[in-house]
Amino acid sequence: MGRSDSRDCADGRFLGGEVLSLRTPLGRVLGAGSAKDGTGHFVAQRVSAIAVLLLGSWFLYSMYTIDGMAYLEVIRFVSVPRNTVLLSLLCVTAAYHSSLGVQVVIEDYVHANGLRIFSLIASRFAHVFLAISSVYAVLQIGLTT
Amino acid sequence: MSNSGRPLSPHLSVYRWPITMTLSILNRITGVALSLGLVVLAVWLTQAAAGPEQYQYIRATMASPLGKLLLIGWTFAFFLHLGNGIRHFVWDMGLGFEIRQANASAWAVLILATALTAAFWAVKF
Repeated sequence: MGRSDSRDCADGRFLGGEVLSLRTPLGRVLGAGSAKDGTGHFVAQRVSAIAVLLLGSWFLYSMYTIDGMAYLEVIRFVSVPRNTVLLSLLCVTAAYHSSLGVQVVIEDYVHANGLRIFSLIASRFAHVFLAISSVYAVLQIGLTT
Repeated sequence: MSNSGRPLSPHLSVYRWPITMTLSILNRITGVALSLGLVVLAVWLTQAAAGPEQYQYIRATMASPLGKLLLIGWTFAFFLHLGNGIRHFVWDMGLGFEIRQANASAWAVLILATALTAAFWAVKF
């Protein structure tokens, strides 16, 4: 049981001398328990999901209407200013949403501390690289043709 | 988890496999698959930007039987992840948590994703 003397529980709430917090002083010092910043990730995942839902659906509908295999059709499609913008947005938001998702997968399955931190950093770098190189390619097509 | 000999809470193997579990696992697998798909998207765009000669390589890869199979897989992954994402939005609003509803929405997402994938590729072949 984590119940301890009232003097040890500065952040506990008291009711008739009983401590309502079940957290041990050691647990508090080690920062065990709430991750404290999960809400930001939760919200970002959902907001980016809305963006990818809309932009991704638009992209698949576009690929439905044109032949994505044919070079000239792809170039013609990407060169339309509206498509250049929407495709850039898709590349950025999808990479962001993917980064948040892969982060959770790594946190869930990679337990060794060093490897976990390495994987998290590598994933972040890879996603930023993907986003920027995709947008660069889209703009290159959009601005030169 | 090296506390061998100690009792474990009921684990995966004692449950009758529910459809909601399948969807939960598929949601994660399709998410990771779509992340890899972003690499293909980036290569596709980069090669297109590099010109028609470069584009022939990615075109040949995509048009190969394995390439087509992967592209079909990615469209299915997209539709499933999208459908299940909408399911999560509904849950976030506090709705659809009854077992019957959760089972029904799981099947709905699975069937919808299959149907949309078939509809998408029907015109391509």
